[in-house]
Amino acid sequence: MAYSDKVIDHYNNPRNVGTLDKAKNNVGTGLVGAPECGDVMRLQIEVDDNQVITDAKFKTFGCGSAIASSSLATEWLKGKTVDEALAIDNMDIVEELALPPVKIHCSVLAEDAIKSAINDYRVKNGLPALELPKSHH
Amino acid sequence: MLTFPIYLDNNATTPLDPRVLDAMMPYLTNKFGNAASRNHAFGWHAEEAVDYAREQIASLINCSSKEIIFTSGATESDNLAIKGVFEMYASKGDHIITATTEHKAVLDACKHIEKIGGKVTYLPVNDKGLIDLKQLEEAITDKTILISIMYANNEVGVIQPIKEISAIAKKRGILFFTDATQAVGKIPVDVEADGIDLMAFSGHKMYGPKGVGALYVRRKNPRVKVTAQMDGGGHERGMRSGTLNVPGIVGLGKAAELAKQEMEADTARISAMRDRLEKELLTIEESYVNGSVEHRLPHVSNISFKYVEGEGLMMGVKDIAVSSGSACTSASLEPSYVLKALGLSDDLAHSSLRFGLSRFTTDEEVDFAIDHVKEAVAKLRSMSPLWEMFKEGIDLNSIEWAEH
Ligand SMILES: Cc1ncc(COP(=O)(O)O)c(C=O)c1O
Repeated sequence: MAYSDKVIDHYNNPRNVGTLDKAKNNVGTGLVGAPECGDVMRLQIEVDDNQVITDAKFKTFGCGSAIASSSLATEWLKGKTVDEALAIDNMDIVEELALPPVKIHCSVLAEDAIKSAINDYRVKNGLPALELPKSHH
Repeated sequence: MLTFPIYLDNNATTPLDPRVLDAMMPYLTNKFGNAASRNHAFGWHAEEAVDYAREQIASLINCSSKEIIFTSGATESDNLAIKGVFEMYASKGDHIITATTEHKAVLDACKHIEKIGGKVTYLPVNDKGLIDLKQLEEAITDKTILISIMYANNEVGVIQPIKEISAIAKKRGILFFTDATQAVGKIPVDVEADGIDLMAFSGHKMYGPKGVGALYVRRKNPRVKVTAQMDGGGHERGMRSGTLNVPGIVGLGKAAELAKQEMEADTARISAMRDRLEKELLTIEESYVNGSVEHRLPHVSNISFKYVEGEGLMMGVKDIAVSSGSACTSASLEPSYVLKALGLSDDLAHSSLRFGLSRFTTDEEVDFAIDHVKEAVAKLRSMSPLWEMFKEGIDLNSIEWAEH
């Protein structure tokens, strides 16, 4: 399969690979996907007192498009408020990375990972988990 | 000097040996005659060349030149053997025994047999990829007319116990067909010593051209016949009609001659490189060889790298041309049915690479491949949450994964 230049760039130079301390209260962790499906994404955010995401990290087991989707997501998350982050739509990722139809699920997974990380952060901080509209599966 | 990508997919196809091309060239140019033309020198030259190729091939597999039926490749030979025997011996029975790890050409020909009312038993293999001889014996009924077990597997290189299988077939009066596409030209194959009644092989897996292959059909003890699957001019003793592919046949003949001359030296060199490649790659943590290492072709190694995803891995090893354990259909990624038959989980099957070396592989290329794969696996694992969990001692099966 031919990958877009942007996917190749993220694959070759992934941004923000790493691990945040999930024990910390201001860190939210989202782990989505399943090994037997061929992709697992873990996305983490660190949030300051003003609800601004100051750091984001990912680790992904998956194809180039899955790696690129999560790498791009961490880039987009940094500097956004939690509310702004919630507005990230998987189709934005599809567009930015020029993902082909068979790879749209990678972007869906990245969106799920963002929302799952935000919910983890909310629950840790005494906020109710957001009802997530079951995304475009 | 290395040129990229480095070709290590020689079970898919081999490059044409330049000496084979030289032998073919006249028959692609001025010696263009039809081997069936009896009235002029063009035809005679073509026929002579075909006869000579038959001798070269017969000498490689120890048969008579009369026992070689030329085809378009192993797919056709597999079909001709299975369907041809089924039709020819219909009065004797309607049951065929094969194995789950056979090539699709055999499996799908068997499916066809089932569709037209025949019965097929698909023997399982053990975790090494080998069939169980006891299970084979137990599967035989008084309706069994054919045992079809491949000589060596194309994905893991496992060599089946051919002599033992043929002995069982002989004892029970059943024909034995073997798809030897991956074996002929690579390891000694002797239809007499091995007790083979029918055998398929192909030019492009043994440094010959694509689009030509052969079916060996035994003429004595017993005399075997197959019903032609194409109607036409009655070429190849009536078993395979169609104007002979003279340049292809000449190429297959030359490839067979070279194989016979060079097999021993090639095998010593190639297997040493293969062993080095494998030994080095197995120093990577959580990497596993798939299939038997004792009963295996000398030029193949199939290795799974746990906690890296197959497609990502293929992207990471872009400077070498290898096959993965994923059959990438357009919509989904299917793990290899061969690796699944050996008992591999989906994720281990997905994260496997098949390395196939050749006569033309160099030490320098192997060195590069070793470093390249090590780097790719290390990089992907540094990005893999599964690897991190494994390293932290977390049992991945204890996690409730959200299926999607
Ligand atoms: C074991 C086996 N049988 C049959 C075939 C088909 O051969 P051909 O490409 O000559 O039709 C192959 C090659 O893919 C093979 O490896």
